[in-house]
Amino acid sequence: MTEMTDQPIPTAPPRSQWRDIWEQFKSHKGALLGGIVFLLIVVSVFLGPLLWPYDATFIDIRSRNQGPSWVHPLGTDQLGRDMLARMMAGGQTSVSVGITAMLLALVLGSLIGVLAGYFRKLDNILMRTTDLFLALPLLPLLLVMVLLFREPLNAAFGPETGIFILIVTAIGITSWMPTARIVRGDVLALKEREFVLAARSIGTTNFRMITRHILPNVMSPIMVSATLGIANAIITESALSFLGLGFPPDFPTWGRLLFDAVDYMQQHPQRVLWPGLAISLTVLSVNYLGDGLRDALDPRIRGR
Amino acid sequence: MLTFTFRRLVLAIPTLLFISLVIFSLLQLAPGDPMAQVPLTVPPEVKERMREALGLGAPVHIQFFKWLVQFFWVEPQVLIDSIFGTTFSEGKLRVLSWQTRSPVMDIVVQRLPQTLWVVGMSYVLGVMIALPIGIYSAYRQYSAFDQIGTFVSMVGFSVPTFFTGVLLIVIFSVNLGWFPSIYDTTHKVSDWDSFMFQIRQMIMPVAVLALYNAAQISRFMRASMLDNLNQDYVRTARAKGLGEKTVVLVHVLRNSMIPVVTVIALGVPQVFGGAIITEQVFKVNGLGQLLITSIEANDLPMVQTLTFIFALLIVIFNLIADVLYGILDPRIRYD
Repeated sequence: MTEMTDQPIPTAPPRSQWRDIWEQFKSHKGALLGGIVFLLIVVSVFLGPLLWPYDATFIDIRSRNQGPSWVHPLGTDQLGRDMLARMMAGGQTSVSVGITAMLLALVLGSLIGVLAGYFRKLDNILMRTTDLFLALPLLPLLLVMVLLFREPLNAAFGPETGIFILIVTAIGITSWMPTARIVRGDVLALKEREFVLAARSIGTTNFRMITRHILPNVMSPIMVSATLGIANAIITESALSFLGLGFPPDFPTWGRLLFDAVDYMQQHPQRVLWPGLAISLTVLSVNYLGDGLRDALDPRIRGR
Repeated sequence: MLTFTFRRLVLAIPTLLFISLVIFSLLQLAPGDPMAQVPLTVPPEVKERMREALGLGAPVHIQFFKWLVQFFWVEPQVLIDSIFGTTFSEGKLRVLSWQTRSPVMDIVVQRLPQTLWVVGMSYVLGVMIALPIGIYSAYRQYSAFDQIGTFVSMVGFSVPTFFTGVLLIVIFSVNLGWFPSIYDTTHKVSDWDSFMFQIRQMIMPVAVLALYNAAQISRFMRASMLDNLNQDYVRTARAKGLGEKTVVLVHVLRNSMIPVVTVIALGVPQVFGGAIITEQVFKVNGLGQLLITSIEANDLPMVQTLTFIFALLIVIFNLIADVLYGILDPRIRYD
């Protein structure tokens, strides 16, 4: 019997799929760096205000328009508000808008994509709707939507929550289309696979089939569109704020800070720089993260 | 191919109708009152008659139908009249702006050249920069050039135009004083000096948009070249003794251009949309700026028409991209 145990047994445990993905992701230097930078930005923006003594809306008119100093590392604005505190408050809004709008677009896009790919009857009408949405001029429509619904929502939810809901919804319902198309394509291919047939043969219901077998297999394109969706949403929100049609002035976002700083760019050019750099760095890191995820989640590239 | 084009053209009509309906019903919800600027001393019954004169008294579907007739039937006649000197459109009501009470299309035609110059120039320039960079960085994959090129294009793709624009203004207008920060649309090119001024004021907006477009297109070009460089036909071409230049610039390039050309065609309407922001940064008096001012002034016919023109551009260029794809790639048969 002892000979049996002398047989070579596999020493390394079987490698899980997520481990493979992590290995591939780690080897992509840009993606790793992008992920770390994005995490750092999120953490500092949300935890920073707890440590920083100044409030974003605290007005100290005596120390207005200061340059960088030890007390105010990024200087102060025309009302003497600390720029670092404002940047962190603005970042909270920008990042939350980005993530919430992305989640909304993702849920909508995945739902429509799965329904269109799985149920043949719905396919035609849902995809025609997607095409129609893709043919809409998005930025002009966003501007119009913000203009139209700002007042009623402000009245219903208060100025801050109202505009937040408005912008998140507006961005969400204008950016789900690429996700829906990608997910539909993947679902169409998955539906013909043997494991789906096997699951169907043991009587799996449609709902269980989608949640148990289809959705886990389309997670990777959904995750990639999630990262790209954050970048897109942050840029759109900043663009709206930059055009003066976003958040109100006492409720800073990075785009709004940039918009306000443009008026003072001759005297205080550094004030333009901080919010612009923050937006660019966030979007850049998220884009790198998305690139790395796409490579890591693509089994054809993985292992090469 | 011809039947496909025709079928797509016919399909475009309901799409456009639907889009105009969406825009129209969205605008119907507008809370603003076009009579808000009228002095309070004007009696209410006069205001009511002014409202009716703007066509606001009629039911919604009549208003929509009127707009459709004006845009698709009267405006083309005006165009024909102005080209051939005929009088088809005489006495017919055109789409009127509430702000200026002049025909919307006349204002659009006035603003169009500025947008076309800046946007068109930047797109052409962007494509011209992007293609060689994409080709070379794919050919020398993982070389220093490729690493720098992909990094720069990632940065150009991530940094929003409203930041690059403002940054360029801070550096070149405020600190160095080389270029004007405001685009002077009344400027007329008559001699060499005024031509140079025109160039100087166009450099910054064109550079901002060109950088952004070049970043996107060069990424596509590189990816498409990489897809093709490992194909068997490339090995065949090399094996039969063709020069490296012929292999890359004729065989590979022609095949990789197929998706890139459609991406370029699809990007044109997006560039018009993106130019709204750049026009705002550099105060270019173009279509985007017109849209923003008319949104702020509650000028609904203008907003409706402009948004619809943007939608029209998207539908047309989608069609062009599909047709081009079929023409360029003989493997694709739509029929």
